[in-house]
Amino acid sequence: MRELSLHILDIVGNSVRAGATLITINITTVDNLLTIEIIDNGHGMSKELLDTVCDPFTTSRTTRKVGMGIPLFKMACQCAGGQFTIDSTRNVGTTVKATFLVNHIDRAPLGDLVSTMITLISEDIDYLLDYQVDDRRTIFDTRQVKQELGDIPIDSPEILIYIKDLLTENIITVNGGRNI
Amino acid sequence: MKTIAEIKAIRDKMQAEIIDRDKSHNKDIRIIVGMATCGIAAGARPVFNTLVDEVAKRKLVNVKVSRTGCLGMCKLEPIVEVYTPNDGKVTYIRVTPEKILEIIDKHIVGGNVCTQYLVENE
Repeated sequence: MRELSLHILDIVGNSVRAGATLITINITTVDNLLTIEIIDNGHGMSKELLDTVCDPFTTSRTTRKVGMGIPLFKMACQCAGGQFTIDSTRNVGTTVKATFLVNHIDRAPLGDLVSTMITLISEDIDYLLDYQVDDRRTIFDTRQVKQELGDIPIDSPEILIYIKDLLTENIITVNGGRNI
Repeated sequence: MKTIAEIKAIRDKMQAEIIDRDKSHNKDIRIIVGMATCGIAAGARPVFNTLVDEVAKRKLVNVKVSRTGCLGMCKLEPIVEVYTPNDGKVTYIRVTPEKILEIIDKHIVGGNVCTQYLVENE
């Protein structure tokens, strides 16, 4: 995948299928280290599944026999001098953490994080995006937005366009001119 | 930095519109984009975002856009399924942002299925 934000979209898909109701996405860049953390409260994995989950021939799906999401993300991370970990506890949730050296020549750009968020946002799952660059930070929480919206669905196209503008502006501000 | 404070104004405006909507429309058209690893790698995200923009722009209040996992035909991604009362389920393959604009114009708005992009041609 060309962008780290596409990996995020893909990995969060696993959390959705694990029945998560709250998914936290932490993206922190400090000096030369970029850390992406995806934390869900889904049903988690058994020890056996966790041991094989980075193998492309492991999948919980029945439509085909391969699952490339986690192996591809791990590869993107290791190609960029980073470390990849995945922790999971049954009935508690799963945490995927990947680090990247910002100036590594093989590091994919973060890319269009806003499009990833717009694609993810839905009525039945809440997202907390915590985005930090050096000492600048923005937090976006769909629970707050839903509270303001009352009975208007958060995934109505008009609302999504508003969120898109908001996130775009805030992320540019937090980046402060850095290329993440 | 922007805050979510402005969302209240949009909500009030939408609430007034929704009362009219409920009288005349249901969300009777559904558009579903395949969004597993295969779909994402093939370019499903720009297709989805173009779809959201266009549905908002044209105020297609009876259209519900959502995403799903792998539809089982990875090499034909991005795949978009359209459900309409008239034509039932139609499956478009190798969809791009340009094609989705055409599909909205001709199929969703115009009522004519874009047969050249259907999975049946494969």
